[in-house]
Amino acid sequence: MEKFTTIQSTIVPLPIEDVDTDQIIPARFLKATTKEGFGQNLFRDWRYNEDNTPKADFVMNDPRYSGKVLVAGKNFGCGSSREHAAWAIGDAGFRVVVSSFFADIFRGNALNNGILPVQVSDAFLAEIFSAVNANNKMELIVDLQNQFIQIAGTEKKESFAINEYKKTCLINGYDDIDYVLSQKDKIEAYEKSSKYLSFVS
Amino acid sequence: MGKTLFEKVWDAHVVTEVKDGPSILYIDKQLIHEVTSPQAFAGLGKRGIGVFRPERTLATPDHNVPTKGQALPIKEELSRKQVDTLTDNCNKYGVTLFGLGHPSQGVVHVVGPETGTTLPGMTIVCGDSHTSTHGAFGSIAFGIGTSEVEQVLATQCLMQSKPKTMKIEINGTLGKGVTSKDIVLYVISKISAAGGTGYFLEFCGTAITSLTMEARMTICNMSIEMGARGGMIAPDETTFNYIKGREFAPKGDKWEAAVAYWKTLYSDADATFDRVLSYDAADIEPMITYGTNPGMGIKVSGSIPSIEQVEESNKLTFNKALEYMGFKEGEKIAGKQVNWVFLGSCTNGRIEDLRTFANFVKGKKKAANINALIVPGSKQVERQAIAEGIDKVLADAGFELREPGCSACLAMNEDRVPKGEYCVSTSNRNFEGRQGPGARTLLVSPLTAAAIAVSGKIVDVREFMN
Repeated sequence: MEKFTTIQSTIVPLPIEDVDTDQIIPARFLKATTKEGFGQNLFRDWRYNEDNTPKADFVMNDPRYSGKVLVAGKNFGCGSSREHAAWAIGDAGFRVVVSSFFADIFRGNALNNGILPVQVSDAFLAEIFSAVNANNKMELIVDLQNQFIQIAGTEKKESFAINEYKKTCLINGYDDIDYVLSQKDKIEAYEKSSKYLSFVS
Repeated sequence: MGKTLFEKVWDAHVVTEVKDGPSILYIDKQLIHEVTSPQAFAGLGKRGIGVFRPERTLATPDHNVPTKGQALPIKEELSRKQVDTLTDNCNKYGVTLFGLGHPSQGVVHVVGPETGTTLPGMTIVCGDSHTSTHGAFGSIAFGIGTSEVEQVLATQCLMQSKPKTMKIEINGTLGKGVTSKDIVLYVISKISAAGGTGYFLEFCGTAITSLTMEARMTICNMSIEMGARGGMIAPDETTFNYIKGREFAPKGDKWEAAVAYWKTLYSDADATFDRVLSYDAADIEPMITYGTNPGMGIKVSGSIPSIEQVEESNKLTFNKALEYMGFKEGEKIAGKQVNWVFLGSCTNGRIEDLRTFANFVKGKKKAANINALIVPGSKQVERQAIAEGIDKVLADAGFELREPGCSACLAMNEDRVPKGEYCVSTSNRNFEGRQGPGARTLLVSPLTAAAIAVSGKIVDVREFMN
């Protein structure tokens, strides 16, 4: 996993609430057996017409907006558990998603792919949207080590929460599997005491 | 202090805890399917490791499979490749597979319970958000991403932070024409598609304990539609009677020991929840969704909200949803023409759902404008339906029973609703394009779906019951 350092970037604003994973990556694009290439179908049906021409009114097709930070409305990533949603967002070049609320499974999937979900207050989210409306080249600073997000060039900043363990993983590029594999002796000891295993084996 | 049902099962599965971090939770059973597992197996390959406990994983293809002509090779190349990849991975790593043509194949969340794989007090995961279904047995069951599928294959464990707990109590007697699907659509409409995020739910109360296992599964299945990873119901005699004798259920002395343990799985009277909600079953009517997330639900007899009733920050989303659906704020939903009906999915593709639909349409005729997709949840459900003559009842009324799979719930196979068409669906999600690009989904119960299938338009099923 790529290490996460402080990011300063312009943003792509998407002020829609309840963005579900079927919008992030529609099911018909889940037929791959690898993790690569999902970025081209990110927000497919909002981004492209049926004839594959870009929809001019969608933010990703608006040349004024680009960057490593996607900023979206409340309850981002609800719906299915498909990690393809996180892969698509990462493959399209985003390293941070900012929202005032994240769906649980999406949050975990993002973290497992080196994408930082930054949960801000409704008020700060509204500040970001109004700042980018005023200046589309506005930049956000996302400092994971010190756990704050700031509108660059202003005093507007907010701290954000992240699990200490996950923070360490992101900063160092570790993943959970390496850690859990190191606990094999405890897992084997647990199995000897499992009630469930005593009924079925 | 007492423990909740959730805490009892959680605590029994903690292998160890990471300082300032999540717990390492032992997973009793992982279910896998063809869409979210290939990259997990590939990850094992890259690490040069195998599956730690292959007997603790069960595989079946469901998302991509055709619901006609399953005996033939899958026509769509990418779908066929995914299904073949699942077969290859199961063979390579020694994982049990109920492949196409196997008598137990089906939608993964239908297969688990009906084979007796799903038992009370377990931890169950699957790379599918509707894994919450299995919570109906009093197990902790939740959907995970593919990195986590790989983690469970590699270690039979999962790192998880303990969620908060929420009790949702529904007491009283359900009215005529009101089913468990209406209960859950009602609750989601009250608390929104994000109202349960961060929580694990427990459903209880007399309106819940009086339900069959199939009906309980429908409710737990849709826990994720309010944002909760899972929802549980304490096991009781209904649960034990359902499980007893099923293929993988404990037998003999082990059955007795298991039931004795399962009887301890309930929330203690002095247990505390982080949040408690109570509803009266008598307030619930047949429900339908009008928008593009499952929280946008109303009574079939009711009206779409007006813009003034919507929170300021949600207005853009609300208007976008109505524009997509082709509806106007404040208008009545009954009477609108619908041309498609889908009966099936892990929410409502069980034998009881087929029975409900068939009993209603028996002696009636499918409306001429209706295109119906009637899809059993599994081969077992299909066999049972045929044994009961449900296929014939359906055929006499103008419907056709297809072969099992996820089908038009997410339109990964050929079963799709055309652009702009309305589909009343017994599935779980009405997201934009969920049933095909541009398709407009209205979520309902199997009973309401049946009434609409013979009417050709949205109708309150109770009009047939006087």
